[in-house]
Amino acid sequence: MANTAQPTAVALGDATVAFRVAGDRVYTAVEKANLSVADGEFVAIVGPTGCGKSTLLNVAAGLLKPAAGSVKIFDQPLIGLNRDAGYLFQADALFPWKTALDNVAIGLEIKGAPREQALQRAQDWLTSVGLGAFANRYPHMLSGGQRKRVGLAQVLIRDPKILLMDEPFGPLDAQTRQIMGNLLLELWNADRKAVLFVTHDLEEAIALADRVVIMSAGPSARIIGDWRVKLPRPRDISEVRMEKDFHELHREIWSVLKDEVMKGYVQSTQAAGAG
Amino acid sequence: MSRSTLLLLQLLVAVVALAVWQFLTTVPVFGKVLLPPFFFSNPIDVGSQIVKWFSSGVIWKHLIITLWESILAFVIGSVAGVLVGFWFARQPRVAAVFDPYVKMINALPRVVLAPIFTLWLGLGIWSKVALGVTLVFFIVFFNVYQGVKEVSNTVLDNGRMLGMNERQLMRHVYWPSALSWMFSSLHTSVGFAVVGAVVGEYLGSAAGLGYLIQQAEGVFDVAGVFAGMFVLSAFVILIDMGVTLVERRLLVWRPTAAEGRG
Repeated sequence: MANTAQPTAVALGDATVAFRVAGDRVYTAVEKANLSVADGEFVAIVGPTGCGKSTLLNVAAGLLKPAAGSVKIFDQPLIGLNRDAGYLFQADALFPWKTALDNVAIGLEIKGAPREQALQRAQDWLTSVGLGAFANRYPHMLSGGQRKRVGLAQVLIRDPKILLMDEPFGPLDAQTRQIMGNLLLELWNADRKAVLFVTHDLEEAIALADRVVIMSAGPSARIIGDWRVKLPRPRDISEVRMEKDFHELHREIWSVLKDEVMKGYVQSTQAAGAG
Repeated sequence: MSRSTLLLLQLLVAVVALAVWQFLTTVPVFGKVLLPPFFFSNPIDVGSQIVKWFSSGVIWKHLIITLWESILAFVIGSVAGVLVGFWFARQPRVAAVFDPYVKMINALPRVVLAPIFTLWLGLGIWSKVALGVTLVFFIVFFNVYQGVKEVSNTVLDNGRMLGMNERQLMRHVYWPSALSWMFSSLHTSVGFAVVGAVVGEYLGSAAGLGYLIQQAEGVFDVAGVFAGMFVLSAFVILIDMGVTLVERRLLVWRPTAAEGRG
């Protein structure tokens, strides 16, 4: 899929992210992360809870500034927000006071597109995420999965070059996650963007991505592994899980991830005990 | 319980209450009328007073005056509340400086301002409007302030990532959020606008429902006082129903629009 000749969409060089907590104590969330995502490449970041996966994503989005290190987007240093990126949030991020249609159209409207045209395109996008008949619903009238579909359309209508996704399907039930995963792959296949996909679910990561990057448990989380997924595309999320290659890769990555998950778990219980 | 049974039972409560009232004020029990009609009047007198007001048409003038005062108080108080609430929420320093004074004025029982407003603005409608404004303003102000401050960070970040500049964030995120909080307190603020108008009229005026009640009280016309109270209640209920309709339209996007009473 990705070859070295393609330009690099996202490049983090020794990026360290630190937060000031309680006076002058500094909490280092991520330490010296090196990560590059080629144009058109689908990269999944997997790590134990609280390891700073989302932090890394926010750095790539420009919502967070790293304390040290560099962030380059298409070989240009990132200043301010990443204008090439679309961001699909874990929590509900739709505008609750707008209908599904208006939520999708807004991305074009703020760019200055005429309203008629924006609505037309938004309707097309809603149809392609399977919600053509739900245009006039408000977010609270939609199910969790439907809201994610609207969110996906809202991000994709702007045609960003990079797609950042923060456990987007985390709150959904298992079946809906598979359906959403397939929808995502289908949309991505049509027009391959660089994708940085954060998840805690290793199976989901392998099924979706070209590369799986593993992070260690925080604090001072590091990138400790990088696997190429050689499963053929197009894939079907539920079928790809049955394949032998899938299992082998899963076992290989899990042997590394398992220790970190346990470390992360112990740390989280200790932190809770101390606090 | 079906709708008609409920309505029937609700009517029954009114009928029983009125019957008991009529009975106690007119029929002697053990040789003594328990509620002296001089202080308690009776439903028939009160009813005929209301009928007289409406048939002669005197009441309309007073109703319209009170309605106007309420509307003006509501509109002026809301606009001021929205503007100041927005300003304070976006400028935390300004909010911090004014904070003790806002708290001080809000802690003041607004009735004591009525004489001042009467001195400043005369006996006409504006002194009543001013009283209503001081009540409405704070409700709207606090709600809008809260609404702007409590915009979800995720929604804000989403707006930014979708490419909104500050002006667009204001229009598409802060503004609707603030308005939704304001609308959710619509019942309270409209109610207070009426309270301001009526209390103002009661304390000194030449027209309005408060004036009518005050006049009746001045000549010990208890039937007139009760009649005024009933008309006032009906007036407030009608306005409240109107507010409910407006609210349903404006807050369709909110899951709790139907039960969102302040």
